Amino acid sequence: MKVALFATCLVDQLCPQVGVSTVEVLRRYGCEVVFDERQTCCGQPAFNTGYRKEAKKFAKRFIEIFEETDAEAIVSPSGSCTAMVKHFHNLFPEQEDWRERAENIAARTHEFTHFLVNVLKVEKLQSSFAGRVTWHDACHGLRELGLRAEPRKILNDLDSAKFVEMPNADSCCGFGGTFSVKYPEISVAILDKKIEGIEKTGADVVVSCDASCLMQIGGRLSRLGSKVRTMHIAEILASQDSKQ
Amino acid sequence: MTQVTSETFDQNARVALRDTQLRGALDNLVKTFGDRRKEVIKTVDDWEGLRNEARRIKDETLLNLDRYLEQFTGNAEKAGTVIHWARDGREACGIILDLIDAHDATNVVKSKSMATEEIHLNHALEAEGVNPVETDLGEWIIQLANETPSHIVVPAIHKTKGQIADLFVEKTGIEKTDDVDVLTNTARKVLRSRFAEAEVGISGVNFGVAETGTILILENEGNIRLTTSLPKIHIALMGIEKVIPRFADLDVFLKLLPRSGTGQRLTTYQSLITGTKRERDDEGPDEVHIILMDNGRSRMLAHPVTRQSLACIRCGACLNACPVYQQIGGHAYGAVYPGPIGAVITPQLIGLKKTKQLPYASSLCGACREVCPVKIDIPALLLHLRAEIVDGESDGIAAETQVKKKLGERAAFAMYSFLWRRPRLYSFGARLSRAFQNTIVKNGKARSGFSGLVPPLGAWTHWRDAPAIAPKTFREIWKEELSKRND
Repeated sequence: MKVALFATCLVDQLCPQVGVSTVEVLRRYGCEVVFDERQTCCGQPAFNTGYRKEAKKFAKRFIEIFEETDAEAIVSPSGSCTAMVKHFHNLFPEQEDWRERAENIAARTHEFTHFLVNVLKVEKLQSSFAGRVTWHDACHGLRELGLRAEPRKILNDLDSAKFVEMPNADSCCGFGGTFSVKYPEISVAILDKKIEGIEKTGADVVVSCDASCLMQIGGRLSRLGSKVRTMHIAEILASQDSKQ
Repeated sequence: MTQVTSETFDQNARVALRDTQLRGALDNLVKTFGDRRKEVIKTVDDWEGLRNEARRIKDETLLNLDRYLEQFTGNAEKAGTVIHWARDGREACGIILDLIDAHDATNVVKSKSMATEEIHLNHALEAEGVNPVETDLGEWIIQLANETPSHIVVPAIHKTKGQIADLFVEKTGIEKTDDVDVLTNTARKVLRSRFAEAEVGISGVNFGVAETGTILILENEGNIRLTTSLPKIHIALMGIEKVIPRFADLDVFLKLLPRSGTGQRLTTYQSLITGTKRERDDEGPDEVHIILMDNGRSRMLAHPVTRQSLACIRCGACLNACPVYQQIGGHAYGAVYPGPIGAVITPQLIGLKKTKQLPYASSLCGACREVCPVKIDIPALLLHLRAEIVDGESDGIAAETQVKKKLGERAAFAMYSFLWRRPRLYSFGARLSRAFQNTIVKNGKARSGFSGLVPPLGAWTHWRDAPAIAPKTFREIWKEELSKRND
């Protein structure tokens, strides 16, 4: 299957390894991956802060770029940015043509774990990861896209990894985009509750499907001197520990 | 009492976060109500279907509100109820004062009602020399402490048992104790005598049934039963959105509200009141007055996007589920209605100018929407209000407040919008940040001087390490290596 990668700006600039891993995993399951270098950001920072005019410009640009590809699917290693793409149509309440174009793009866009489990229907994982892992449900992946079973299926099936649920897996990490710097004290108070749950599991690695949550959680874990590391689920899947 | 306002939300929140007693009390809230709710909704076969049905009934009502209100008032009047209309809080307070005056009443008891909080009824009555007594235990505690509720269902949730015991020692003269039974019995003894002498009882309303003119009020303590049946005059304050079409609709809402709010299958008491005492009744009021209050609701009704906030049945589930509320409690919002639904309703009730921090007081995690029994899309409404703030198109939001911050933010988003839609400039920006990152950030922390120069960076790195900017961007790796390996 031909797949157009929507890497997201955060992955592009701050965690390129997540993008590299996404490409490797998709190729491993037989996908041909293309990447349009004109892509930048989906405009979510503007949309979520109330700058709809700016968000609309980003949405139109995104739609125009991804309309050009003949790939069957657009895949992104981010639940949050995928949810934004699925919201694009709300930006055009009075422009039926754009709304339709937005809906067409949204229908082709998939979050990475959803794509692996529900579209490619990968049964036998060709990955192995040595370590104890726990899962953080990124809010937009969980509540906008309904991802709950998919990542857990992957982590449970993963060769040699031990998956442990944290007690508050589905509670927010406190990131919330500009919220994290508008109200840093509240953001960190929420985050510290999350970290309490993570530490309880005794996990080596906390895994999620959004680089933004991982940046928030990882930034605090590192400041607190914790031994727990953060990894994107694509990085876990790219790993072939026992086969090395 | 020092009353904080929504305008200083950020400062209020910082104060709340330092209050260890408050945060301990809030931890209990999540454990009791949040966890109990999760368990008890399993006792309904089709919870999702029930939520959809409730929302359908609310939407139907709101679209035909004029008709249902007319039907409600007609049937209530037939049962002997006197109907009053109040455009705003001042009119509602005036009507209640006039009724108290007309009966020369001095002893007034009140049951818990957010509508009366909304119009600051107690202050209005006290200003005219009437001292109403709150009879809900939590509300009574708040009244003794001269505070305001911090939660729409459990008003004194911010107080620990120890704080309440100290308050009782000070105000009722009991010996110091940490025995909850002694405390509640003290409250019961004081309040029973107030009930016995009360001439007027004031309550709120949970639902008003158009088909019969009946009002339904839910509670666990029995004080509402007493407030509405013992005094000769019962006055009920009801927001116009509280009406529902049919008696049978109560079946839906009685399943939803107690489960969502307090995690109960049903509240201990459900008082259904249709008009005054009849001849065969051995108790009940001689006069029942219902005041139907607008106070900004018809303005909310007129707006197609925000109309859904009127579907709220004030269960408090969104407060209990909200990660922000869980950390800071209700007082920090500086408004009668706190939490996610409060951040949506308050700006609509009193305008965005003084409340413009509230729509931003959310990480948009969506936990509120997930638990809302009538499926109000609170994150979408918060986003809508944020857009209204940025566009300055609602309620004459003037630019004179926080101009500096807003200008900075506007400039930042204009720049982002310009640069990040142009791949070359976007890539140049990435190279630039990479070149300067060691000048600005060291070991994950902003170097001194730079945290002030780039405020968001300082706000991040004061508590969290900044991620290192990767030596190569993904697009560079793609171009140099990955694109050549496609097979």
